[in-house]
Amino acid sequence: MPPAEVLPLVFDGVGLEAGGEWLLHDLCFRLDTGPCSVILGPNGAGKTLTLRLCNGLILPSRGRIRWAGSGGGDPAAARALVFQRPVLLRRSAAANVDYPLRLRGVARRERERRCEEVLEATGLAPIAQRPARKLSVGQQHRLALARVWALRPQVLFLDEPAASLDPAASRSLEAAIHVIRKEGTKIVMTTHDLGQAKRMSDEVLFLHRGRLLEQTPAEQFWQEPRTAEAKGFLRGEVL
Amino acid sequence: MSELSEAFRTAFQLIVELDPKLVEIVLLSLRVSFSALGLAAFLGMPLGALLGVSRFPGRHGLIVLLNALMGLPPVVVGLLVYLLLSRSGPLGGLGLLFTPTAMILAQTVLITPIIAALTRQTVEDLWEEYQEQMRSLGAGTLEAATTVLYEGRFSLLTALLAGYGRAAAEVGAVIIVGGNIAHVTRVMTTAIVLETNRGDLPLALGLGILLVLLAIAVNGSAQLIGEAARRAAG
Repeated sequence: MPPAEVLPLVFDGVGLEAGGEWLLHDLCFRLDTGPCSVILGPNGAGKTLTLRLCNGLILPSRGRIRWAGSGGGDPAAARALVFQRPVLLRRSAAANVDYPLRLRGVARRERERRCEEVLEATGLAPIAQRPARKLSVGQQHRLALARVWALRPQVLFLDEPAASLDPAASRSLEAAIHVIRKEGTKIVMTTHDLGQAKRMSDEVLFLHRGRLLEQTPAEQFWQEPRTAEAKGFLRGEVL
Repeated sequence: MSELSEAFRTAFQLIVELDPKLVEIVLLSLRVSFSALGLAAFLGMPLGALLGVSRFPGRHGLIVLLNALMGLPPVVVGLLVYLLLSRSGPLGGLGLLFTPTAMILAQTVLITPIIAALTRQTVEDLWEEYQEQMRSLGAGTLEAATTVLYEGRFSLLTALLAGYGRAAAEVGAVIIVGGNIAHVTRVMTTAIVLETNRGDLPLALGLGILLVLLAIAVNGSAQLIGEAARRAAG
């Protein structure tokens, strides 16, 4: 039996306040099964905060976040997040993948099978027994991806997945993300890298100073964004 | 001056010849201190880890108290445990006073706060880094605390060494609850006090030298094990 569908994810007038300052204003959007949603915007636009809200790591000060799926599944079990700077445990690469599976009570056989599968798919199988913290930055990012991939999430959130990687490492990470997507996982990622955003996006959510300025299908966004700020951002202006 | 060099010579002789009296005392010392260390680690590490990852009202007060208890005077601990274990005390029926068990208990009370407080600090620092990642991977507070303890295993070695150092070096607690009875509760520190008072300087000095050498050996091997494990695990 397939797990109960948790999408769409609906933000309903979500605001976030910290220390008397509003960091996010009145976010209203809906993320559906299928397209790869790229949250784009300059630094400080609120991209990471939005992802943390989606994952229940912080709570909105105003408004509501709803997982409106018909199945009534548990969103905590159906979502996963790869942080911009993922924290790997001080143990082998394979043990890092095993850890969250064990937390979720997956049987040993199944854990080993999934571990092998995702390490193979991310090209980490030959170094599965190496200490995770000794891997290169690119390998560490792929391992962080493998770790959540093994959880078979319905929605995978990625925060600046290639921020500190060289082009080759960044491409190999993107290739892995594409495979995950083909398996039917919804991808939601933030980036401020236009090249990556163009390659990955089916739809773009453009954030600017804590406001969602537009949610536009990719083709249209890259040709002719609706808002002046997004046009400026694409031209490389400082916003 | 010649008396001092004479004392040193005799001391080394006692050590080299593995004088049975000396060996008995050293073995009991090790048994008491390492048992106390084991118990204190068993109690103090989870306590420190939980304190490091949880947030509740009064937590800061508890941390201040715990840190203050690191400076608990051994004689005061000895006195408290003495009162607990003495004939008229609440645990008097167990007949533990003036036994090695009493000494282990006293040293456990003495060093548990040290291990808990140092663990708390290590775990709290790691927690800053790990917290959101752990939560997002699906770990509850207890699972996260256990994981962070394991992640901090190399730093926590220092906490254990601090605890061992304190236990091995103190004399106030073990002399009160142990009574420094020959062949029963005489350990290195209490023997040094006795032999110095009696004027048997070579034996006191020999024990003193061994005490320092043991401290170096324990710390040195801990360092080596730690480094090897760190190299293996990253």
